[in-house]
Formats: sequence, structure tokens, C-alpha cells
Amino acid sequence: MSHWIDICATSDLQADSGVCALVEGKQIAIFYMPKDNRIYAIDNYDPFGKINVLSRGLIGDIKGEAMVSSPLYKQHFSLETGQCFEDESIKNDTYAIRIENNRVEISLEG
Amino acid sequence: MSKKQTLVVIGNGMVGHNFLENLVASDIRDDYDIVTFCEEERAAYDRVHLTEFFSGKTAEDLSLVSEGFFDTNNIKIHIGDKAISIDKANKFVTSAKGVAISYDKLILATGSYAFVPPIEGHDRENCFVYRTIEDLEALTEAAKKAKIGAVVGGGLLGLEAAKALKDLNLKTNVVQFSARLMSAQLDTGGADMLAAKIEALGISVHPSKNTRKIVDGTDCQHKMEFADGTSLETDIILFSAGIRPRDEIARISGIEVGTRGGIVINDQCKTSDPDIYAIGECAVWNEETFGLVAPGYHMGRVVVADLQGQATEFSGADMSTKLKLNGVDVASIGDAHGKAEGALVYTYQNGADEIYKSLVVSADKKKLLGAVLVGDASGYGTLSQYYLNAIDLPEHPDSLIIPSRSDESVGLGPDALPESAQICSCFDVTKGQICSAVEAGCHTMPALKDSTKAATGCGGCSALLKSVLDCELEKSGFEVNTDLCEHFAYTRQDLYNLMMVNEIKSFNDFLTQHGQGRGCEICRQAIGSILASYWNEYVLSDKQMSVQDTNDTFLANMQKDGTYSVVPRMTGGEVSPEGLIAIGQIAKKYNLYTKVTGGQRVDLFGARLDQLPPIWKELIDAGFESGHAYGKSLRTVKSCVGSTWCRFGVDDSVGLAVQLENRYKGLRAPHKIKFAVSGCTRECAEAQSKDIGVIATEGGWNLYVCGNGGMKPRHADLFATDLDKETLIKYIDRVLAFYVRTADRLQRTSVWMENMEGGLDYLKSVVIDDKLAICDDLEVHMQNVVDTYQCEWKTTIEDEEKLKRFRHFVNSDKTDENIVFVEERGQIRPANEQERQHFALTEEV
Repeated sequence: MSHWIDICATSDLQADSGVCALVEGKQIAIFYMPKDNRIYAIDNYDPFGKINVLSRGLIGDIKGEAMVSSPLYKQHFSLETGQCFEDESIKNDTYAIRIENNRVEISLEG
Repeated sequence: MSKKQTLVVIGNGMVGHNFLENLVASDIRDDYDIVTFCEEERAAYDRVHLTEFFSGKTAEDLSLVSEGFFDTNNIKIHIGDKAISIDKANKFVTSAKGVAISYDKLILATGSYAFVPPIEGHDRENCFVYRTIEDLEALTEAAKKAKIGAVVGGGLLGLEAAKALKDLNLKTNVVQFSARLMSAQLDTGGADMLAAKIEALGISVHPSKNTRKIVDGTDCQHKMEFADGTSLETDIILFSAGIRPRDEIARISGIEVGTRGGIVINDQCKTSDPDIYAIGECAVWNEETFGLVAPGYHMGRVVVADLQGQATEFSGADMSTKLKLNGVDVASIGDAHGKAEGALVYTYQNGADEIYKSLVVSADKKKLLGAVLVGDASGYGTLSQYYLNAIDLPEHPDSLIIPSRSDESVGLGPDALPESAQICSCFDVTKGQICSAVEAGCHTMPALKDSTKAATGCGGCSALLKSVLDCELEKSGFEVNTDLCEHFAYTRQDLYNLMMVNEIKSFNDFLTQHGQGRGCEICRQAIGSILASYWNEYVLSDKQMSVQDTNDTFLANMQKDGTYSVVPRMTGGEVSPEGLIAIGQIAKKYNLYTKVTGGQRVDLFGARLDQLPPIWKELIDAGFESGHAYGKSLRTVKSCVGSTWCRFGVDDSVGLAVQLENRYKGLRAPHKIKFAVSGCTRECAEAQSKDIGVIATEGGWNLYVCGNGGMKPRHADLFATDLDKETLIKYIDRVLAFYVRTADRLQRTSVWMENMEGGLDYLKSVVIDDKLAICDDLEVHMQNVVDTYQCEWKTTIEDEEKLKRFRHFVNSDKTDENIVFVEERGQIRPANEQERQHFALTEEV
């Protein structure tokens, strides 16, 4: 089954906000919504600005679908699928992520 | 190709210029070489709003000539040169400076002059008329040495002039020959109410006074002696006893003039010579002259149409008028005196609220013939539509002027107006044209004004225009949606009130109590700003963290490469050599790009996220604090060096700038706020382009509000003059607190003002007269913000938990290798993509 990689403690996360993790050379943005008990992982790379900043975006939802808004030019990316809401041809990778015993774990396997 | 004809326009006033604009916008513009004479030293300006010269508008502000107009349209203008004669037989015009030009078509737009009654002593020193910017400049100069002023004439212009004298701080009198004010437009009841209201403003009204002569006074320069044996002493006399057509060029050139003056024109606005037209106040049509701009504009359009060979005619004009005199609303429509046969009159008089309204209706009570409104002119739009479009009156016409005490609505909705109804009389814009513009996508007032020009002349129709807009939007299914976003069905102002009433202190409480879903960057940022504005808590506290925009989250400005810029505060632009050295050393140590900003401070670029805390630690140790360059908050108070050093300085602008910046620093607002303080009227700090601008005067400080540079420049409005420092700060407290409370999200003060119903006058009534009785609250709010200020960076670097956020990776101490700099002009800059790839390749090799 999935190979889970330990990232950090739950207390290192920021409620209703994001952090960035370095996992096997990849930059991954991790968002935590404690109220819904949800955690998301998506590429930290902003394909529009071509820089690594998505973890610093504001989060929320568009019509119920969890999203992050890029801090640079405000495009929205689905946290479920990585799809950009404004541009069909742009999609970031998303990853399986979970909380086990107050530790955050990620799987890079598709 | 046939040779071009020459068209000459004599007079570049409002009407002459409007004609030129219409001509060059028409399809015959290339048929003519166009020449115009302008007797005054400046091209066309807005004489209707001349009084605003005294409330801070400059000659440039009043100009009607768009930049490059004459050049772009290839119009030859002879400024400061007066056309003096016309040779009709040989068809040429001669000017005072000796220019002679052959014409094919000639347009006379010479306007009118102020009539000065031939009273003995009328030409004494400090006796003026009120017609041109030069008149106003001379008057302003004379007023500096005067205490008392008198206006001769109680008509519309006379009362405008009285306001001007009052604005110049003179004890003001209005001396009128007739028994009542504005006798042409008002009935006795309306005039009496107006006189009472004008007197209440401290202007003395002297009715039925026939001035016999003006002689030396005892206490003042002049004594006016009246036919009834009484007299009045005054330092300045301003004649505003009506206007007369300027027809002298027609007289000497053998063009027919009317028995009471004025150049006679027919329905095509042609004079007795078929190649010569006359338009505006110089013309007399059907033995009638027209002293308003709208009929003059109309005549100009008739001439353009006639030149195009279209059948058209001028058929008289509606002389209805609405204005605000010294804050008193006055309006007159049609036959205000009820002269028509069988006319019936309804009047409503409310002594308590000082409101007077009268209606003149036809004998069968079906049509409105005229109306007078004093004290409350809100019904003007509806009534003038009844009048102009001959719409059948409701069964009880008086319901139109009696205050509605129930829910019944008697107003004439925009829906009831025919497509042909003229909404804007200045630019002849019909309801049909407005509807088309709305359909074509103009969904806001500014867009609609821009596209149709409606409400950009006298502005009297703006309320009506707005109601047509709203009505059309609603009809076409555009919900006028003011929801903040899909998570909150409220405006920013609604949310602000909910927060105050329910004492809400966090985004999550807001979402649970008034919202839905999980929020988004729009509502998070807006609510974050609202909470910070009112409660002024630490923006990175656990419960506020998730609602800060990126820049606020890291208390720095994100740049295009994901690095940040750092701006320490330098109040008033003041910095010590030690401070500059410290900044230089820090910039050098962290290899930052440095640039001086427009706000008189230093910006340090290229700091990685993880470098922000150590940089700030060093800045704070050197005595600096956060400059809030990242926040929607007070940025800077720019200042000139002021009286401390400057030879011309009137007061200490730097001292005041430092005081103001320290007072308002940290204030979170709907958008950024910029201030400036100038030490004299030379205005080196450019205060009139700022949200809040202050300029030193001999008598204290002048306060300007809601200016803007940037994308859409707006000249700030003069809000109050000669204030002492205490009152100045009180007013600024109130203006800012009211802005914070009522503006939309991301709305600068300039746009806030543009959209404010009632505009500057309304803001003054709230802030100066405390109309809403909220000034105490506003001041308490601001004082709380001042008292709870903290340097966010100081708080942050002292909190280990907060500093964890400033690592690029939550699980590694590495930094983002995507950030690469190259050198340019001796400093760093972000590498472009090509350069970045090059670096990546070299590293792999």
C-alpha cells in the first residue's frame, strides 16, 4: 500500500492556513482546516508567477470545493484536485496526506 | 477634392467651446478649417461653477478644454484677442490685434456681460462684477483688506456671489431692488422662505432698496445711499444685477439686434446674414434671451445640424433650474408665478423644517405648469419630468408636495418616463440613450457618466440618472448584487455594523453567525481588515492569522520572485544620519536592493522569508519600527521641510507630519491611506493628491480630503480652512473613522467620496455638524486605535511561536533554491527566467 512519509507534528501546522514542506526534493504546500478536520497537500509551485508560494495563500472554498488563492496574482486552485479554476489547462499535483498520532504523513505515490 | 471652407467661432466660452466639441465630433469636421477667437486670457472654463474657485478649485480645475483639444483637432485659437468687426460683404473678421480672417461660415458666441446699473459712484475702487476668473482674483485680493461686503442684486447670480463674499470671511449683505429674492424664479412664499434661510446663515437681506449713489463712508470705504433715505456702509460692492447680451460686434457690423439688445436669430439660429449664426447668451430668439448654458448648448447643436444640411430647429428652452445656495436647496420649474390663465396653485409650507413647495397646475388639474421648491428640492427630478413630458398628474396633484406619511409612493418611477424624456438638460441626454448605454454594459454611475456625459454638467440630474440606472439594471435581470462574496450575503458596511453590535472578534465567529462555507481570500481579507480596524488587536494572533492577506501574514510586501521588501517607518520622512547608516549596514549585510520610495522612506528588497525576523531585529535595535508598507493602513505622512528651514515656510510641516504619522500609524482601513503636510501654499509635499492633505496658512491649517495620485488621480477637496491643530486632528479622526466604517472593501477615499450620496457637503455635515450624532463614537474609536498601537514586528520577534512561520520549510532549514539574484547597476535584482535556467544548468554541471 501507500508509503507514508513523516513530515512534522500537527502542532507545526497553522490552523486555516498553510505551511510548506520539503519532501524528497519537492516543495509541497500543506493546508489544515481543523474545524472540518481536513488536511490537504498540493504542489507549492505557482505556475503563473513561476515561484514557490502557494503555501502562503489564503484558503476557503468556491461553491463548496476547498481551494487556495495564490498570494501573487490570486488565481484559485482546488485543494481536492489541484485544478486551477481560472485556467482549464493548468493543474497542480495533489497528494494523499493524513494525521496519525498527532504526526502529519504524506504519500507521494499517485 | 474641393477646397476646405473656413469656419470662424467668435467667443470661446462655455457655449462656443461646446459647439466646437460637437462640430469636431460630427461628420463634417473635415469640411472646415476652424478658427476661434477668445477674448479672455484663458480658453473655455466652467463659469457655472465659478464659485468653487473659492472652495479651492483652481483655474485649471474649472477648465473645459481637454488636454491637446485645439492641437488634436487642428483648431487655430487666438487667445487674448478679441474679434472687433465683421465685413459681411467681403466676408472677413478683424481682431483687436489686427488679425483678419476670411470666413465662409461665422458663429457668434460672444456671451453676455454683467450689467452695472448707472448709479453715481459705481466705478469707485473695490466695486466689482462677478463674471470671469479675473474678476474673482481681483475680488479675493480686495477682500483681504475688507470686513464688510455688499452684493447688489438678489437674483440667482447675486446669491451665488453672496456665498462667495461669505467664503471670503466678509460680513455679507444682499441689496436688492425688487421686493423678493430670485424674483424671476420664485413666488412670494418661496422667496420669503429663502430670505429667512439666507438670513439664518448670517447674510443680511435688504429688499426693495433702490441705490441712488455710492459715496465715501465713515467706517468703511463706501456708503450706499438708498432712495428711501437709509444707507449701508461697506468695503466691497459686487454688482450682480443681471446680464446683458454682448452684441456690439453685431451692431457695428450691421447685423440685426433686438429692441432690448441681443443678436436676433431664427429657428436655425441664423442671424440676419445667412452665413452668420449666433448662439448662447448673445442671441435673442423670439424676443427671448437665455441666461443658462443648456439652451446655448442646444443652439450649438442646431447649428451643427444645419451645417450638415439636416432639418432642425431651436424652439425655445426650459428655464427650470435647481441649485444649492449656501447649502439651501432651491428649485424652480416652468411657470412658477402661475401666470397662465385658469392656473391653479397648491402650496405646502412647513415653518418648523423651513420647507416651502408650490405647484402650478392647469385648470383641469391634469398637467403641471410650474413649481417652486425651497429647503427641500428632492422632488425636482420627478416634477420636471411631469412638466417637460406633459405627463398626466396623479388624481391629487398635491400628493407630490405633501410629505408622504404612509407607505404609498407618489414619486414618478423612472419606468413611467417615455424614452424621449430628457434626463440631462446640459448635454441633452434622453432616457432612451441612457437605457442603451446601460444595455451596452455601463452598469455603474461613473461608467454611465463617462459614456453619455449625463450629469457631468451642472450635476442636477444625477439622482434621477441613478434611479434610471437602478431601474434598468433591475429590469434586465441584473441583480444589483452587493454581497461581499459567496460566503457572506452582506456589504462590508453591513459586516462592520454586525461586528460592532454583536461584538464579534474573529473570522470563525463571523462565519458561524453570519456566513456559510469556508470563506475565501475576499471575505477573509475584508473581515480581517474590519476586525483590525475596530479592535486593533495584534494581526498575527492565533485567531486573526488565517485572515491576513499574504503581505500582512508576513508583515512584508511580497515581490514577483516570492521574496519580500522591508520598509521601516520614517515619520514625516525624517531620518537621522545614525538611522541611515544603520539601514545601510543592514541592507549590506543581507545583500538587499535599496530604493527611496515616493513616501519619503527607504525600501529594502530581496529579503527571503527566513531573513525577515533577523533583519527586523536589527532594525528595531537601531530604533526603527514597522512602516506598515504591507498593510491596508496608514502608509506615510509626506512633508516638505517647512518653516524650520525653508525661507518661505509658514508653519512647521515636518513637526505636524511626525505628529500625525505617530497618531494614525497602524490604523487598518479598507485600503491604504496616504497623508501629506505642506508648510505653505507652494505645496511642495503635494498634499492635494493625498487621502488626507494639510497645508499651512497664515491663519492655521487647511484640510483637504479624498485626493489620490496613482491610477486615477483626483484632486483633494478643501474640507475646512484655517483650523487650529486640535480641531484639525479632531476632523481627521472623524473623517478616517467614518471612512473605515462606511467604505467598501479595497475602496480608496477618493472613490469613497465619488460614490458618497451628497458628496463633500454630506461628509462635512457628518464630520463638522455631527448630523448623524456619531462624532463622539468616531473619536472614541480613533482614540482606542491610538492607545492600543503596537509595533507588530516588535511583538513578533519576541514570540518564538510566531517566528516558526518565517521558515520556508516546516520540516527543513533549507531555503528556496528557486530564488536567484543577478547584479544590475551595482545592486541585486531577481533573475529572469532565462537567467534562472542558466544558473540551474551551471549548478548541475
